[in-house]
Amino acid sequence: MKPPPFSYHRGRTVEHAAELLRELGPSARLLAGGQSLLPMLNLRLAEPAHLVDLGSAPGLDVIRRDGDMLVVGATARQAAVEHSSDVRALVPLLAEAVEHVAHPPIRHRGTVVGSIAHASAVAELPCAAVALNAQLTLLSADGVRTVGAEEFFTGAFTTSARADEIVAQVAFPVTGPGTGQAWSEFSLRRGNFPVAGAGASVTVADGEIVDVAIAICGVSDRPVRARAAEAALLGTRPGPEVVAAAAAASIADLAPRVDGDLAAHILPVVAAPVPAWGYRASVAKSQVRRAVTTALTRAGGVR
Amino acid sequence: MTATHESAAGLGEIDTDPAALHPITITVNGTTHRLAVEGRRLLVDVLRQDLRLTGTHTGCDQGVCGVCTVRLNGATVRSCITLAVQADGAEVRTIEGVAPDARTLHPIQQAFWEKQGLQCGFCTPGMVLRVQEILEQNPCPTRAQVREGISSNLCRCTGYQFIVDATVEAAERMAEGS
Repeated sequence: MKPPPFSYHRGRTVEHAAELLRELGPSARLLAGGQSLLPMLNLRLAEPAHLVDLGSAPGLDVIRRDGDMLVVGATARQAAVEHSSDVRALVPLLAEAVEHVAHPPIRHRGTVVGSIAHASAVAELPCAAVALNAQLTLLSADGVRTVGAEEFFTGAFTTSARADEIVAQVAFPVTGPGTGQAWSEFSLRRGNFPVAGAGASVTVADGEIVDVAIAICGVSDRPVRARAAEAALLGTRPGPEVVAAAAAASIADLAPRVDGDLAAHILPVVAAPVPAWGYRASVAKSQVRRAVTTALTRAGGVR
Repeated sequence: MTATHESAAGLGEIDTDPAALHPITITVNGTTHRLAVEGRRLLVDVLRQDLRLTGTHTGCDQGVCGVCTVRLNGATVRSCITLAVQADGAEVRTIEGVAPDARTLHPIQQAFWEKQGLQCGFCTPGMVLRVQEILEQNPCPTRAQVREGISSNLCRCTGYQFIVDATVEAAERMAEGS
């Protein structure tokens, strides 16, 4: 019996789950696919007094277009998002990032929204959400509010959601013509969390970059927008030198982290040596270069 | 010991006893079981301890190694990071449900045997179930596709070469047999 004792509650609907969270108080945790929470329970890194299971609440596993947004519901599996032709066509960065999440048996159960809500500093999906300026719908017994991905992540495994709020869905802006997107990461073993990764979305019109968003993971306690890199690209006619300069800028304005500081943000337990910040930063730079280059190619803007 | 929580929001009395038993129905290898489990009970422990299906192994208990792999409604999952209550209503297949009968190995098992796709055997149940899924999705994979596919499961004996050999051999036999 690995997990610590907790009382188990099945949310019949998302509203019922929200009421249960409110009633049970801050020692209750929400369960979706469980692929982040169950390892933490087995290692007893998390000891919630109560679990509220959202897994069988109806209607939450949606993946659907709603105007200029693609909506992913709280219990939509990573595998379903990975294999959705809508996601691939409408939000290619999300489709590419989710392929890098662990392995297929994990993605069969893990949810996209659950991974975002878990808020690991090195995971793919929180970073992709920041790069895409995703909008999170937080639902509680009080009602519903919407938070942008960048405001959602406040630190390692820490978000601006209250303990009684459920991330009911995440909406990703749909790409338009001239936009190319890409995810790039480096991990020490297939399926592991990356040392660093980057997601990029670039829009090119008449040979010029007219819109760009880049986010990187693995170099801070949360996924961060690479605004200096974006500024270096915006308004330029893209070429390899411009992209290389932007990649260098992407880590120039990051605060270096002392050894061991970042390690606590990556894994709650140190199971293996954690690459130092300087190495992470150099890897991040490479991933920005690769992601932007691929995104530009897909946007039809660079040779 | 019992513990309850009186709800102010009209939810009635909430049972907050961690030892409360939850009824679940799971169909394992074609046999339906009705069980009552604690919320924290893992699917792998139900399979191994309650149903005595010890072919499913437990290794890391954190979803990393893949030895606890089972098919849940057809898809491979880690049974060590799946709660039994999450499998309520599901169809589960374990390694005990792979061979057609007690005297005949499945072609994948036969190929693992003949190609020495195992040494100690600890990873083998999970590996066979994962290979079965890979071959269902892609009946004629390249060696690179097999390696990518089985990267979800750790083996510390074979160096994977013989597992890839066995998978390619199994794919050929299953193509001939169909």
